[in-house]
Amino acid sequence: MTARTHLPVGEEAIRLKGWWRAHRFLLLRRLSQAFFLGLFLLGPWFGLWWVAGTLAGSRSFGILPLTDPMVLAQSLVAGHLPELTALIGALIVLAAYALIGGRVYCSWVCPINPVTDAAHWLHARLGLQKGWQPKRHTRLWLLAMVLVVSALTGTIAWEVVNPITMLHRGLVFGMGFAWALVALVFFFDLLVSRRGWCGHLCPVGAFYGLLGTHSLLRVSATRRAACDDCMECFAVCPENHVIAPALRGAPGKTPLILSPDCTNCGRCVDVCSVNVFEFTHRFDQHVEVLPPPDRSGTTAA
Amino acid sequence: MPAAATPLSPQRRRFLMDTARMAGGCALAGGALAWLGHEARALPAEALRPPGALPEADFLAACIRCGLCVRDCPYDTLALAELGEDGPATGTPFFTAREVPCEMCDDIPCVAACPTAALDPALTDIDAARMGSAVLVDQENCLNFLGLRCDVCYRVCPVIDAAITLEPSHNERSGHHAIFAPTVHAEHCTGCGKCEKSCVLPEAAIKVLPLRLARGAPAAHYRKGWEEMEEHGGPLVEGIIDLPDRLPGPGTDTRAAPGGFEPSFRLPGAPVPGAGE
Ligand code: SF4
Ligand code: SF4
Ligand code: SF4
Ligand code: SF4
Ligand code: SF4
Repeated sequence: MTARTHLPVGEEAIRLKGWWRAHRFLLLRRLSQAFFLGLFLLGPWFGLWWVAGTLAGSRSFGILPLTDPMVLAQSLVAGHLPELTALIGALIVLAAYALIGGRVYCSWVCPINPVTDAAHWLHARLGLQKGWQPKRHTRLWLLAMVLVVSALTGTIAWEVVNPITMLHRGLVFGMGFAWALVALVFFFDLLVSRRGWCGHLCPVGAFYGLLGTHSLLRVSATRRAACDDCMECFAVCPENHVIAPALRGAPGKTPLILSPDCTNCGRCVDVCSVNVFEFTHRFDQHVEVLPPPDRSGTTAA
Repeated sequence: MPAAATPLSPQRRRFLMDTARMAGGCALAGGALAWLGHEARALPAEALRPPGALPEADFLAACIRCGLCVRDCPYDTLALAELGEDGPATGTPFFTAREVPCEMCDDIPCVAACPTAALDPALTDIDAARMGSAVLVDQENCLNFLGLRCDVCYRVCPVIDAAITLEPSHNERSGHHAIFAPTVHAEHCTGCGKCEKSCVLPEAAIKVLPLRLARGAPAAHYRKGWEEMEEHGGPLVEGIIDLPDRLPGPGTDTRAAPGGFEPSFRLPGAPVPGAGE
């Protein structure tokens, strides 16, 4: 067991599935993050104004409005009833993420995600301690706090410090000291708390998590019978408490990862050498029945 | 069963402790956030909001900082405030008149772009915009006040002769010239900033300030007699007697002035007031 944990994560999947298949969703995710940022940069860099604005609010092809529902929610509780354009934009975003999983925003769109992933990569490389681990639902409390402060002060409170929109706005419009806030998040995750920002604090992530509670798109441990306890999925998952109920569920229990904390990043699909996980929809309860895996020495490296 | 007889179970105690801790932490964080938000409220005097912007407090509840107004301004007038570099709340749009003023577009694209109504779509006539008000802040350096004909601020004004006029008066210094004083009429000034931008001095003598700084406010109960009279079509109280107008006489002695009091008693040998030396 100890020998295994020191094996670099993902080695075995690479050996068995090939490098590309073992990194499929990670690469797609990076592409997606670059794509969404790129869309906003087409205008200022190349004069192609397909998408104008920022993640907080944008206009695509001159007509399609998109609005961050979390920012708009703060504006509403602060006492401003926005124009229809912003409301429609927020509804479109709400509907999309309610369907594909709220935290898809976190893993596929949010510009802070590469920052926290980088912090985590370095954290693992340096073999640092877990550090301070506030309770996972802290971010829900913070979300409530943000709304209360917005209501009390009559301002869009989180936007005063939100590193996500500051980084995005900084990249699209030019950056002041916003990099300092981003660095703060990086060092917080690196030195203070492993996976601390996205996993425990970010109220935006909490908001999108709530939004995706009943989402259609889900990861399922369809072939959980093939699991050989290598623990790689737990090692790569940014929210690894969501895996156990699906993977270790008793026969008859759902193989679906139903926790709204799952970011649908697909890393577990990538990294599993025996292909336990796959993307499916939430009504797919199907489990493959397989002969019990050989847990004796397949992976003794 | 009395409550005291049920000792708190460890789980329950833990739950209450955690909740209290979380609430305490959030209250602290919330306080900090509210304080930061409050700090961000003070809009500096040189930063002007785009046309149609709601009053600052409402604006901060409405503007989602998307930057669409900035993108649609054809003159690159607007910018989004950057953290630590500009005064206004981070991410909100503003402009600095002396750098790039607002060109007062007829179709007001910035307002049309705003998805939230932070820039009020009710503003359809740009002349009705009140981004601020120009103030001739420095009469001592304004060239027109020095007796020259500069007039630049007057001539660039998009609302010329309404927002800004030249008021002639006699030039006491030369004795035979006129001073054409640039005079802003705030009820027509949009606060576009073109005058401040164009002022030829190294530091503008005319500046556009937010209304709260540019303008005083009359007390609610003040009435201007001449306005009341015009509205009423005559004196409000019929047959009111005119009081003596006291004009300044020599020294503080107003007795010799027309309408002043004739002293009823004069010392023998004293000069007759108003009779000259
Ligand atoms: S948790 Fe927050 S910072 Fe992290 S990826 Fe999600 S939205 Fe971005
Ligand atoms: S369970 Fe899988 S898809 Fe969900 S967050 Fe973890 S690694 Fe990503
Ligand atoms: S009125 Fe025209 S110039 Fe002025 S801020 Fe709006 S878009 Fe820019
Ligand atoms: S378009 Fe409206 S919401 Fe967006 S930055 Fe400008 S004022 Fe704010
Ligand atoms: S700011 Fe100056 S140029 Fe603009 S309307 Fe007022 S007086 Fe005219």
